[in-house]
Amino acid sequence: MGEPTTKAAPALPSIRGIGEMRHLGLLGALALLVVVGLITRPENFATASNLVSILSLAATIGVITVGATFVIIGGGIDLSVGAVMALASVWATTVATQSYGPVVVAICAILVGTGAGLLNGWLIAYGRLVPFIATLAMLVAARGLAQRMSDRKTQLISEGNFSIVELSTTRLLGIPLLVYIFALVVVLGWILLNRTTFGRRTYAVGGNPEAARLAGIDVRRHSMLLYGLSGLCCGIAAILIMARTTTGSSTHGDLYELDAIAAVIIGGTLLTGGRGTIVGSILGLLIFTLITNLFILNGLNTSDQLIAKGLIIVVAVLLQRRNLKERAP
Amino acid sequence: MLVMKGIVKQFPGVRALDGVDLDVRAGEVHCLLGQNGAGKSTLIKVLAGAHQPDEGTISFNGAEVRPGSPIDAIKLGFATIYQELDLVDGLSVAENIFLGHEHARLGFVNRAAGRRAAREVLERLGHPEIRPSAEVGRLPPAAKQVVSMARALSHEARLIIMDEPSAALAHDEVANLFRIIRELTAQGVAVVYISHRLEEIREIGDRVTVLKDGRTVAVGLPARETPTQRIVSLMTGRNVEYVFPPRGGREPGEEVLRVEGLSSPGVFGDVSFSVRAGEIVGLAGLVGSGRSEILEAVYGARPATGRVLLDGRPVRRGVVGTVRRGMGLAPEERKAQALLLDQSVTANITLGTLPGFARFGWIDRKRERAEAQRLSELLDIRPPDPERPIRTLSGGNQQKAVLARWLLGGRKLLLLDEPTRGVDVGARAELYAVIHDLAERGIGVLLVSSEVPEVLGLADRVLVLREGTVIHEGEAGELDEHAVLDMIMNGRAA
Repeated sequence: MGEPTTKAAPALPSIRGIGEMRHLGLLGALALLVVVGLITRPENFATASNLVSILSLAATIGVITVGATFVIIGGGIDLSVGAVMALASVWATTVATQSYGPVVVAICAILVGTGAGLLNGWLIAYGRLVPFIATLAMLVAARGLAQRMSDRKTQLISEGNFSIVELSTTRLLGIPLLVYIFALVVVLGWILLNRTTFGRRTYAVGGNPEAARLAGIDVRRHSMLLYGLSGLCCGIAAILIMARTTTGSSTHGDLYELDAIAAVIIGGTLLTGGRGTIVGSILGLLIFTLITNLFILNGLNTSDQLIAKGLIIVVAVLLQRRNLKERAP
Repeated sequence: MLVMKGIVKQFPGVRALDGVDLDVRAGEVHCLLGQNGAGKSTLIKVLAGAHQPDEGTISFNGAEVRPGSPIDAIKLGFATIYQELDLVDGLSVAENIFLGHEHARLGFVNRAAGRRAAREVLERLGHPEIRPSAEVGRLPPAAKQVVSMARALSHEARLIIMDEPSAALAHDEVANLFRIIRELTAQGVAVVYISHRLEEIREIGDRVTVLKDGRTVAVGLPARETPTQRIVSLMTGRNVEYVFPPRGGREPGEEVLRVEGLSSPGVFGDVSFSVRAGEIVGLAGLVGSGRSEILEAVYGARPATGRVLLDGRPVRRGVVGTVRRGMGLAPEERKAQALLLDQSVTANITLGTLPGFARFGWIDRKRERAEAQRLSELLDIRPPDPERPIRTLSGGNQQKAVLARWLLGGRKLLLLDEPTRGVDVGARAELYAVIHDLAERGIGVLLVSSEVPEVLGLADRVLVLREGTVIHEGEAGELDEHAVLDMIMNGRAA
C-alpha cells in the first residue's frame, strides 16, 4: 500500500501534480489488492460474476460517498446518511406508497432523503447546531421513525413495482443497471464539483468560511444545500438498496456513515474541509469494497477484515499528512 | 532588577528585534512605547519564554537567565498578561487562576482549597464580587482582565508584563487597574506596562523606554516630565522608506459612499463621512479605535445602526447585498479572512464575482482563466502563472490577488484594511501604485492603516479616529505624522 506512494513522491514535476499523484497512490493500492486477489484466488477473483458483485456492493455506498464528499469538502460532516437511506427505503415501500407504482416509489425515496438532508442543513446553517450533533440527532431519529413506520418489519417490494428490482437484475453489457446509476451519479457529482459555481463555492466555504462570506457568498444557504445534496444521494442509494434486496427496512444502511466517511478520508479529502476530490473518494471506496471481497473469497474472519480496514484508514491519513508537509512552502 | 542588553531576534526575512536594551527596577512601572511593528510584542514574548533571542543577554537580580519556555519564565517569576486574554472560557475563575499549578494531591484537584485561594487573590485585587466558581466565558471583559491578573499574582510574580491592559476597559475600570498596579509596585513587584495612551503613561508610569524599528531609541526617560513632543519624535522619524506615487492628476467625481450616524455600542459611535468616486479616504487610528470595525459595518459584515448609502441609495445589511451593489473588501487578516490558500490564484481572484463567469451555474473556465491572466499581468502578480496555488506566492503578491478580485465586476467602492501588512518594502511601493491606479479608474477607496505615514501618503482626505469617534477630518496634505500621532494618542485635535 505504501510502496507506490513513496516511490512516486520525489519524482513530482510540479506542485499542481500532487492531486493526480495522490490518486496514483490510491490506484497503486488498488492494483496491489487486485494482485493479491489474483494470487490467492486465481480461480474466482477475476471472474465476471465476482467483479459485478464488487461493483453492485460498491454502488449503494458509492452514491452516498459522493454526497458525503461534498459535505466534507464544505467543512461539515453527515452522520445520518445510513439512517436517512433506511428511512427513505421504508417510506417508499409502505403499502400506501407502493399503490401508486414504481415511479412514485422512486420519487418518494428521493424526496424523503432530500427532505431529511435539508432539515439537517437548516438546523446547521440557520439553527447554528454543530454538524456532528445535528446529524447525530437525525441518525437516531430517522432510524426510529423508520422502525415506527415499518413496525420493525421488512417491507417487500410488491409485484406491481418490480421494475425497481429490475435495476439490479437487468443487465446491459453484462453489468446491472444500478452500477450505471452509480456511475452516472459519480460523473454528475464530478461535474458539479469541478465545473460549476456550486462546486467552487463548496471548496471556498469549506476552506475558509470567513473569506467566502467576505467575498459575498451566502455561506449559510450554501451549507444547507450541501446537506440537501447529501440527503438526495441517500434517497438515490435507497432506490439502489431496494433494487438489490427487494425490500425496504429500518435496518438498511447500518454503519454506512462510517464506511462513507472512511472512503472520503482515504481518498484524500480533509475532514477540516476545503480540499478533496470525488475520484479519490471513489477509489477509497473501491479499496474498501475490494478488501471485503478478498476476505470473503479467502474465507477469512470478518473481524480481521475490520482490523485491516482500521489500519488502512490510519496509514492513508499518515501518508497524506506526509504529502501535506512536502507541499508546505 | 531586570536588565536586557542587545537583544536580537530574527525571523525569516525580518529582524524583529535589532539590539534592544531594557532595564527595569524593582517596584517601578516601566512603560514601553513604540509604533506598531516596533518590536514590543516580540520583546514581551522573549521575556515570557515564547521566543528565544538570537543574541543578547537577560539578567534578573544580577544572575543571567534564559527563559527557554513559558514554564521557565513563570518559575523565574515573570508573568505576562497578554492583550488577547489567554483564559479558558469553559473553566471556572478558580480553575483559570490556578491552571497548571492546581491545588492537588495525587492528581485529584482540591476544589475547595482552590476556591478559597482564588477568593483571597481576588479580594487582594479589590474584586471580591467575582465568584471563584463562575464560568469565565460568561464574565465581562473587565472581570476577565482581573482574572488574568489574579493568575499572574497566584504565581508570586516579581515581574508582571502587561500588554495594553486598558484596551478592553472602561474609564472607571482603568482607575481600578491603576490602584492594583500601585499596590503591586508598593510590594516591590516590577511592572512593564505597554500602552498607546500617553495620558495613562503619565499617570501610572515611572520611566519610559521607546522602541523604533526593533531598536531602543531611548532608555529610562522620566514618564511624567518628558515632553510629548520628544516622545512622539522618538517614535517616528523612521527608517522605512515610503515611496508614494505622485498625487494629482486625479479629479474626484460624484459621491459614491455616504455614511450617516453609523454606531455600534461600545465600539464606535456616530460616524459620518463620504467618499467620492476616484477619491482615497484614509482612516487613521490605533488598534481598538474602531477603524476596522467601521469598515466591516460599511461592508455589511457587522451589525450597526445608522445609514450607509451607495450611489445615494441605502444598502441592505449583509455582505451578499453590498457585494452585489459594487463594494469590495480587502480584509485585515489576509490569510484568515480573504484567501483560499489551497486554491489557485485564479480561483482566488474570481471568488467574489463567480456568477459573472457562469451560465446556469456552469463556469466558463476559459474566460475565467483569461480574466485572471489579464489581471495578473495588469497588477504584475509574480510568478505570472495564475494556476499556481496562492499559498506559494509572497505576501505582497497575495495581496495583489485580493485587490485583483475586486477589479472585476465593476466595483464602485473598495474598502482596504491594512493593505500592506506583512508586505516587504518593495512590494509596498507596488501596492501603493495599484491603489492609486484603482482610484484613477474612478473607484472610491476607503483605507485603514495603523501606519500613519501610509495613510497620509496615500489618502486625499483623512479621518482621525480615537476610541470610536472621529476627532478630526481634513485634507491629507494639511496634516503631518506628528500632528496625527498626537491626536490619536492624546485625543487633542491639533
